[in-house]
Order: sequence, then C-alpha cells, then structure tokens
Amino acid sequence: MKQPLIKIEGVYKDYQLPKKYLFQKAPVFRALHGINLELHKGESFGIVGESGCGKSTLARIVMALDEPTSGTVLFDGQDLFKIPTAELRHLRRNFQMVFQDPYGSLNPRKNILGIVAEPLDTLKEKLSFSQKKERVAKILVEVGLNATDTDKFPHEFSGGQRQRIAIARALITRPSLIVADESVSALDVSVQAQVLNLMMDLQEKYNLTYMFISHDLSVVEYVTDQVAVIYMGQIVEQGTTKALFQRPLHPYTQTLLRAVPDVNPLNKKRKNKLVIPQFEKTTESCPFIDRCIKATKICVNNAPELLENEGQLVACFNAE
Amino acid sequence: MFRTLVEVLRHGLKNRSFVIGGTISLLFFLVAFLSYFWTPYPVEDINIADKLLKPSSRYLLGTDHFGRDILSMLIKGARNSVIVAFVAIGIGIGCGVPLGLTAAAQKGWMDELIMRFNDFTFAFPSLISAIMITAILGPGSVNSIIAIGIFNVPVFARVARGAALSIWKREFILAARSAGKGPFRISVEHILPNISSMLIVQATIQFALGILAEASLSYLGLGTQPPMPSWGKMLNEAQTFLHFAPQLAIYPGLAIALTVMGLNLFGDGLRDVLDPKLRRSR
Amino acid sequence: MTLLKVQDLCVTLNTSHGPQQVISHINFSMNAGEKLGIVGESGCGKSITALAMMSLLPPDSKTSGKIILEGRDILTLNSKEICSIRGNRIGMIFQEPMTALNPVQQIGAQISESIYLHMKLNQKQTIERVKELMDKVGLPVSRFGLNLYPHQLSGGQRQRVMIAMAIACNPDILIADEPTTALDVTVQEQILDLIRDLADSSGMALIMISHDLGVIAQTTQNVMVMYTGSIVEMGSTVDVFQNMKHPYTYGLFSAIPHAGSSAHLCRKRLSSIPGQVPELHLRPRGCNFADRCSRASKMCKAKDPVATRVSDHHQVWCYHPLKEEDKQ
Repeated sequence: MKQPLIKIEGVYKDYQLPKKYLFQKAPVFRALHGINLELHKGESFGIVGESGCGKSTLARIVMALDEPTSGTVLFDGQDLFKIPTAELRHLRRNFQMVFQDPYGSLNPRKNILGIVAEPLDTLKEKLSFSQKKERVAKILVEVGLNATDTDKFPHEFSGGQRQRIAIARALITRPSLIVADESVSALDVSVQAQVLNLMMDLQEKYNLTYMFISHDLSVVEYVTDQVAVIYMGQIVEQGTTKALFQRPLHPYTQTLLRAVPDVNPLNKKRKNKLVIPQFEKTTESCPFIDRCIKATKICVNNAPELLENEGQLVACFNAE
Repeated sequence: MFRTLVEVLRHGLKNRSFVIGGTISLLFFLVAFLSYFWTPYPVEDINIADKLLKPSSRYLLGTDHFGRDILSMLIKGARNSVIVAFVAIGIGIGCGVPLGLTAAAQKGWMDELIMRFNDFTFAFPSLISAIMITAILGPGSVNSIIAIGIFNVPVFARVARGAALSIWKREFILAARSAGKGPFRISVEHILPNISSMLIVQATIQFALGILAEASLSYLGLGTQPPMPSWGKMLNEAQTFLHFAPQLAIYPGLAIALTVMGLNLFGDGLRDVLDPKLRRSR
Repeated sequence: MTLLKVQDLCVTLNTSHGPQQVISHINFSMNAGEKLGIVGESGCGKSITALAMMSLLPPDSKTSGKIILEGRDILTLNSKEICSIRGNRIGMIFQEPMTALNPVQQIGAQISESIYLHMKLNQKQTIERVKELMDKVGLPVSRFGLNLYPHQLSGGQRQRVMIAMAIACNPDILIADEPTTALDVTVQEQILDLIRDLADSSGMALIMISHDLGVIAQTTQNVMVMYTGSIVEMGSTVDVFQNMKHPYTYGLFSAIPHAGSSAHLCRKRLSSIPGQVPELHLRPRGCNFADRCSRASKMCKAKDPVATRVSDHHQVWCYHPLKEEDKQ
C-alpha cells in the first residue's frame, strides 16, 4: 500500500475558554476528538459538517497553521510539528490552501503580482523579480485570467475572479496538496460551477490531491471520491463518496442529506417529525444522542467508535 | 502609491471638512515654509521707536512692545510650530508603531509588557509631565520636542495595536502564514499598509495637539526660547499689554485656534475619505 | 383577491459611476396567502425590489412606477403613513441574523418594538403577545427568557427572533430576504418549515427571496427569475422549474451539481454559463443576457425582449425561448 500523502493520527485540539470565576480552572472546549485520516496522492477527499463541527480547525492543523493538542500530522512521512521551523517553511511549498472569503483572503493593498507571488518565497531557490512575474503571468492564464492582470488590485475583480486569483496563489509553487476550505461557498451558482470546473481541470492536469471542506453536500458529492462526515469534532461516518451518498448509515448523515431542499417542486418533502430528545447528552454518551431518532439505551453510556460496516466506517450502534 | 493619492484627492474634494480643513492646513504649511525664504521684517530686529504700532501699510498687523513686526513673528512662529509638532509625531510613530505592531504580533507577555508601559505613560497628565521634563532637562525647542514626543508614543502604540489586531484576524494573513512568512515580515508587508490610514488620521490629530502643546510650553517659557518667535510666547508677552494693545494677544491666539481647528477638520474629512474607501476595497 | 400589485417599478441608485438603473420595469401581483419566490444571483436586484416595497431604499435613490397595496400606492405615501405600514402590514426578515438584531437590546424588547408601535396594547398585554410569538416561532418561553441578548443565541435561534419580530403585528405580507443563506442546512430546514407553517396558518402572503433553487422549489407556489434588474421568466413554480424556457434559468439549473452526479465517475464537467454578470454601469443594450447566450441573435442585442406567454401561468422574456429538444 503506497504511503499516504497526508496521515492524520489521533489529532485532538482543545481550546481554553474564558473563566467564569477567578479561581476556577479554565474550562476547555474540545474542537477535535481523535481524528484519524489518510489522504492518498491524486485523491479528492471531502470533509463535510456544519458550522462549529471543527472542519476549519482541522484544515488549519493540516496546513500547520495551528498546533494540535495531541496527535501527529505526517506529510509524506514527515511530522509537520516536529521538524525545525526553517524546514517546515520550505516544506510549505507542497501544501497550500484556498480560503472561503474571496473578499478577505486577498490583501486589498497589494497588487495581484504581489499576492500570487507570495508563496514563492518558500522555495529554496531565490527567483528574480522578472522570473517571479513570468511565473505569475503564466499561472494567471491557466486559471482563466489575463497575464496583464498582475498590476491590478483585488477590488477590481468580481468574487469568482478573486477566487481564481486565490487558486493561482495556491498553485504557484506546484504543491501536491490543496486544502479548499469552503472555497466555493460564497460564490453564486453559475460562478461556482466555473470555479469547480477549473479545480477539476487543474486536478487532472497536475495530479493534485484535494482536501475539500464544505457544508454543501451536492458540491461535495460532485467533487470528491472519498468523504468523511464530522459532527462536533468527531468523524461519524467515512467512506467512498458514491457509497456514502447512496447509502448513508449514520443518522446524522441521513439527517444532513434529507435536509437539502429538493430542486424539484413536485417532490414536496414531508415535514420531518420534530425530534423530541429522549436522552440527554453527557460526556459518556454518543454526541448525537440529543438529535437522534434512532437513539437507544446503549447510546446513553457509551460513545460509539468508528467501525467498519460494509465498506464504510460508521460510529453508531444503530447504523443500518 | 501615486494612484492612491490621486484617488484620495478626488474623493476628498467632495468632502466639506476635507476641503475647508485642508485649505487652512495647507495655508499654515505654506506660511511655515515661506518663513525660510522671506519674512516682511527680520524678527530679531528690535526697533523700540516703532513699538506698539497699530496695523498699517508698513506693518500689516502692527508691532509688539519691542517694535517687532507681528506678521513676521507669526510667520516664523508657524515654522516653529510645524517643526516641533512634526518631529514629535515622528518620535511617536517611530517608537509607538513598532511597539504596537509587536504587541499585536506576539501577544502573550510581550503584549502585556508593552500595554502596561502604555498605561504607565498615560497615567501621567501629559502637559504637567511635559513641564516637568522641560524643567529637568532645561527649556528649549529640542527638549519640548522630546517631552511632547514621549507622550505621542503610547497613543500611536495603542492605535497601531488595536488596528493590527483586527487585521491579524483576516484571511489573507492566514494565506501569508501558509506561504511561510513569519510575524515580522507579515507585520511589515501586510499589517502596516492596512493600518496606515488609521495612523495617518491619528497623526493629524496628534499634530494639532502637538501645536497646542508647544504653544502651552512656550507660554510658560519652557518651550522655544527667544530670539526664535513662538505663538505661545507671543501670547505670554501680550498679557501685560492686554488693555491697550489687545491685538498682541488676538493675533497669535487666532493663529493657534485657526490652525488647530483646520487640522482637526482636515483629520475628520480625511477619516471620512479613507474609511469608506477601505470598506469598498474589501 | 389581489393584495399587492407592482406596476412598472424602476429604481435608480447613485453609484460611483453616477446614477444607474438597478431594476427596470418590474411587474407582478400577489393574492392574499400566495407564496411568491424571487430567484436570481447577486446583483440581479431581488433585494432592491424587497427594499422598494418597504420603502427602505437610500434617500438619494429614485423610484418610479407603482406599488399598490390594497388600493393605495405605497410610493406616494408620506413618511408617517409608510411607518404605519412597515412592520404592520408588511414584515421583513433579513439575511444576516447576527447583524440584523441590536446586540445591546434584549430580545423581548426587540420583538415588542413593533407591537408597541402599531398595536394599542398595554404593557401586560404586550408581554403576553411577545411570549405567544416566541412560542409560535419555536423559542418556548420556558427555555428562552425574554431578557436574553442576541449573542446568547445561536444563528437559527436569532433568525427565529427576527421572524417573531416580523410577524408580531400579523402583517398581510411577509418578505424573507435570503433568510437561511447564513444558516446550516439542518437549521435551514427547520426555519423554512417554520416560515411556511406560519404563512399557512395565518393566511399571510409570503415573498421568498433566494439564490437557492431548492429553497424556492420547496417553499413557493409562484416564482420570478431575475437577471440584472429585470424579470426573465415568471410563472407557477412547477411550470417554470419543470418546463423552463429562458436560457438563463436553464443555465442556473444545469450549473447545480445534481444528486448522483460526480466529476470522477461521470467524467463530466458542470455546465456553466460562460462569462460573468455584467457590472451595473456596463449592462449592454437589448437583452442583458445576450452576450452570454448561445442562442442570441441580432434582435436580442438591439431591443429588450417583451413578455411571451408560454401558458396560463408562465411567461418568459426571450426572443428564442428553449424547446424540449434544446435541453439535455
């Protein structure tokens, strides 16, 4: 089995919350609970979850922008948090990120050349100004913009174009991994389609690996071949996209898929019966117990582990 | 850089405060600049024969108790005010902004240290402490620059830190970090250009305050020493003659008031112009 | 019975490129209890249309046309009369629950604001009504006190507070401007159900504005598709969505990844509309969609298309509407 490009093992991330009283121990919020993931080269791995589930925290940890409280992240076999800083800097050329907000992710005071060329500083060979400009011009054309856009500023571009600039910036060091954190969520539908097509074309051309984080299930289904569903910092279901979307096993995944409004007006959804929580959530119970229609007594005192179930991994006692 | 200046001017000319304040401030600077080349009469000339004359075609604003032309003194006094206030904010920005940027970039104990130093300096009433400093170091323009400058440092440190903290949260900073940039380079290349408009607006406010502070110090005899004229000193000397030659006090008083007001107006207008532009370019 | 009739509505706004017409010649009408959807992408003018109905446009804007609510043209009313309509006859829910609520005012006070303004109730009755409303929107008073602040609530809960504010005085029309765009999909489902139920139970008319075709499909009976300030297709939701005629509507549909489609398995790319939405000051003459449309002809670029009737409940503004064979 080939070595995975990214191996995330036992990653926990805790945040300290403000104290309520002066002499109290600061309460801790656990954003990620023992995440284990493997991404292989050329794969499109989707991470699905709603706000607050920890997917952006995971993205930042994979990008070595935040340190996990415990656990390791191996990139091509190297532990990102154990190698010396200078080496990490040089390693960064291999993994880049495309952010969600096309308006916030570009420095409004810098021109496009300055923005797209920025990651080039991590390369070991120092490039001259003209070399940088040439590379930037080439990559701008590849993402569907003009070489002459190097002198312009972000405010002269639309949301979709800015996202292309962000993609150009992520690609310029020819990385093997691109983390796309809700990269198309802020775009209009028709623009989103253009940007997704671009990302798919680039993946084919450069054999890129994508970690695609999104709350939009239809987009994730389209773009990815592997997917993991995160709920409150834990992976609750994981498998190939095709299998998971056809046969979701975890009640949360089922809830998510059911909630997406159908574009066919003749398929008027029957309103879901309001889930009256039968059980209270505790630190020992399954985290989804207070929203789960399949909860049973065993779920009260036992947190389910991620176990294999017909080719998929599910963390549920009542999965079927 | 040039393009932004043109843009600022274009928007500024539509803003009333900017235009009025800007004109007054520009006038003030031109007058100060003029003093290097020409004043109607040299200010060192003491001409007792012509003392306390009313405004005439010879002496446009009249003369003071030593026979010196008031207009010339005002012109040279303008230069004095500009230099003192300017260098004082230079000190404030040069020391305060790096402190504020460091505090925002490092957080932790460095941030605490810098902020406590700020609190410490703020705890002292600035004018009284300026008096104390010049009393210890001795009167004169240089010492008054130092005294005023010291109190500009925590102001700029605080503004820079606050603005920098909000920029650090933006996504393009995360992008710069994933490109491998360290906090120092990020502070210089990304944070500083994005907080510059706030710093510029604060600088105009501090400039106006600097002029007032210099005038106050000179009034007390602790600032600029003769023969260099200063508006504050003129006010002080005019006190004895208030009854029969009030113009000796009115002219420098008006000059101070108009300049400070003009600078404040300009600062207000500048803030209006720079802020929405910043919001638009998001 | 026609509740609302919008006739030839045009709005011009002041921009950095001078005054620009943002929406042009909008015509539609609504009956009591009807649910109308307005769908389009950013810049199409859907929010402006809603703001025009509430008379909430910026003071330097120019509006022409008529908005007739029960026989009275809203655009001709003075500010006092308009204030008696806002919140009272027409309620509005905004997109961002974080910023649409006053962060330093308790939610009970915010909900009671419009009650205080429009209904003649004393304090005890007002509090009763607020509690009633909170129960209605799924924030039972037993769990949520009236003295909570917005930051103590989640996004979905804040949106429920906004809904309570909007329906406090039993308005005839409820305008929901992208009410669920900022919410998670499971919360969105609950909020949409709530809005639909409230409209059904009180006979309130609903205008649902969204860029999400799924939301529109599930909550509306009639729909208006807008592009760069004009209506391009209008009719019953079933008719329009099942038998779309305008190339833009079809383009929007095809651009959404549909269930079961995968770039990896099908090796197909999403069909996208070439080009991008023109900026306000660069809108072309004639049909605004012509230079992105594969069916455009000279006539399209010269003159604005007029309405063509497709069926009793379906109109399209296009010289070359799609036929079945044109769609894959």
